[in-house]
Amino acid sequence: MILEFAWRNIWRNRRRTAIILTAVVIGVWSMIFLGALMRGIADQMVRNGIATLTGHIQVHQKGFQADPSIENRIREPGEIRHALGETLPEKSRWTARVRVPAVAANARHSAGITLVGIDPPVEKDLSFIGQAVRSGRYLEKDDPRGILVGEAFLHQFETRIGHRLVLMSQDTTGEVASRSFTIVGIFQGEMESTEKAFAFVTREAAREMLKMNGTASEFAILLPEESDAGPVAAGIRNRLSPDSYEVLTWQDMLPLVSAVLALYDQFIFLWYVVVFIAMGFGLVNTVLMAVYERMREFGLLKALGMRPLRIVGDVLLEAFFILAIGVLAGNALGILSTLALKTRGIDLSAFAAGSEFAGLGRVIYPTLELRDVLLANGVVFILGLVVSLYPALRAARFTPVEALART
Amino acid sequence: MTLRIAWRNLWRNSRRSILTMTAIAFACTLLIFMLSWQFGSYETMINASVKIQTGHLQVQAPKYNEDRDMRRVVEKPEAVGERVSALPGVAALAFRAHGFVLASSRDRTYGALIVGIEPEREAALSTLKGIIRQGSYLDGEDGGQALLGELLAENLKVGLGDELTVIGQGRDGSVAATVLVVKGLYRSGQDEFDRSAIHIPLSTFQDVFSMRGSVHEVVILADALSRVPEVKKKTREALRETGRDDLAVLDWRELLPGLVQAIQMDLVSGFVFYVILVVVVAFSILNTFLMAILERTREFGVLLAIGMTPKRLVRLVLAESAVLTFFGIAAGVLFGALLTGYFQEHGILIPGSTEILRQFGLPERIYPQLSGLSVTLGPVLVFVITFLTALYPAGRVKRLRAVNAMAAP
Repeated sequence: MILEFAWRNIWRNRRRTAIILTAVVIGVWSMIFLGALMRGIADQMVRNGIATLTGHIQVHQKGFQADPSIENRIREPGEIRHALGETLPEKSRWTARVRVPAVAANARHSAGITLVGIDPPVEKDLSFIGQAVRSGRYLEKDDPRGILVGEAFLHQFETRIGHRLVLMSQDTTGEVASRSFTIVGIFQGEMESTEKAFAFVTREAAREMLKMNGTASEFAILLPEESDAGPVAAGIRNRLSPDSYEVLTWQDMLPLVSAVLALYDQFIFLWYVVVFIAMGFGLVNTVLMAVYERMREFGLLKALGMRPLRIVGDVLLEAFFILAIGVLAGNALGILSTLALKTRGIDLSAFAAGSEFAGLGRVIYPTLELRDVLLANGVVFILGLVVSLYPALRAARFTPVEALART
Repeated sequence: MTLRIAWRNLWRNSRRSILTMTAIAFACTLLIFMLSWQFGSYETMINASVKIQTGHLQVQAPKYNEDRDMRRVVEKPEAVGERVSALPGVAALAFRAHGFVLASSRDRTYGALIVGIEPEREAALSTLKGIIRQGSYLDGEDGGQALLGELLAENLKVGLGDELTVIGQGRDGSVAATVLVVKGLYRSGQDEFDRSAIHIPLSTFQDVFSMRGSVHEVVILADALSRVPEVKKKTREALRETGRDDLAVLDWRELLPGLVQAIQMDLVSGFVFYVILVVVVAFSILNTFLMAILERTREFGVLLAIGMTPKRLVRLVLAESAVLTFFGIAAGVLFGALLTGYFQEHGILIPGSTEILRQFGLPERIYPQLSGLSVTLGPVLVFVITFLTALYPAGRVKRLRAVNAMAAP
């Protein structure tokens, strides 16, 4: 009964209700859609970071993170293999890599790069490089002289597939080792900096060149569920001596990305509150107008013995209906527009250098997250009802005599 | 007269008018603050990058900026330098040369960029001298001494006074090698820079890399960011007059394309947010404008009946909206300027952002920067959208007919 009254009341002035609904709908839509866009940007940063040779968890010799040199290599990889075999959940993938700072040179150019020695078949499903080769071929299991370089690197060095490239780096005895490789394939990265930063050879070739004798620089692990990284890492840590190894999650290895994620959380919440305030003024004003027009009505109800609390409840119920319709439609629009863009993404190539500067890829895909949608709806509903208390309390304070005297 | 009536009409329902003005003021305050924030941080970012890396302008051999090929040099830079530093608007000028070397300490080897600088002139141009954390800056007679980024020194495990062997390729393709002594360590905060660069005196660089007196960059710092286009044009002219128009003149936008695009991207995305915000505000206040008219239909009918022209009525209604908007915007500008001014003095600290800001060359506190543009852009946007909003109710008034209007309840 009360519900029906409230429902009918909000449609007494259709145009007014429609206008305030539009404000709420646009507001909620922008919360959901722009929230999803920011989430998509954040997600992409995380995915890029993880795919660019970070993985979910890494195990190093203690001190490698701060000082990634060949001295801090893992001397007993068997111990780690054993520990991983016992602790990793099913369907996890892992690999041991060689990773050293090196200098690449040909007749005309030289530059610093990171030389990565990989196990080609295992690496294929683990990091971006498996899917990134654009021309030429991927490394083979037995490929002692083959090297993969990035497209941007290739341009910088004015070279091409089939040409030779000399790599120099410090070996385990402290001497500068050099070895010449033949470019067999070219990879593309999400970012140009990735294309210039890494060159890939087989793990065996790297070990031979650097006299590493079966040792490795890092173990990288990809879990079936990203969210398990913390507990799984703790499990591995328990198995290994903390004096010789460090076990790091992607959050530890990508501190900048973690910091940006935390900042985005704050920013999304702030945006919700700002949009809410913008539509809150309209909501209060509209409900206030509706209340003042019906001053006589409220006076009469009160004269007939209606309790003030009931009047407050009635007005809040009307505000609730407006919010509910607006929020439902806004959610629907927001979710639809997000889904529409989800597959194609938003192409940022016009700003390629800029998005690179900000650590983003070339296309962003909006990502809906339940907690953002809930937060947006929560902000609108709770704050919406709180600000509607003002007109509701005013309505409850009308005295019958004064109200009935008004025309 | 119209304005006075409009003013009085507004206060017939003071509560509603105040709420509406507050909504407009809120939007203006927020926009002024945010835009000042954005512009302020852009300027800081540009200055940080310009001051440590590129300078405002550079004269280079053509294509050097694309492939950084050691052999693309500026020959006889002194003639260019003398001519250009005499131009109005040029605050400082210095030569630099760049190379890539394999740097080895006693037990470590890393690849590094090596930069030849003129110690005295460089000090006037870049912040390098100011960011020395240990040891001291180079002076004129320091052949064979080097400044290193702190992170590179950490990786190489060297400290002050330690020796460093560098091997690279000279301009003529010969092997260039020398031993350097670490004289100072610097920290710019931008990890990429601190991890990769070694600075040595230009004269040493030219000897070691067989540069035969040439350099790679003539770096120019203008008096102010705003004078860069003018200085660029003058530099071009000067080069043409001296027959050196084979050289390229690049400004910071061309030298730092990533930074420029990041700023554009931030501006565009910021603009999307602002427009959505203002549209939500517009719909919030549309009801006020509309109700103010609908509840006075009878009154308007009477006015029409006693001879007021519909045109004047529309003017009255628009004047009411305009006055409301004007006071809202005025309050917003005042409050926004005060708020921004306060933070311009004290800075804003966002918890958890220090590390991120550092990589963009920003200090941990951000200082928004009030400017003519940041104060007017937001209010203009608000004004335009509110004015469009007010047209709808005004259009309704125009269609009112005296008889029907007076019959309204």
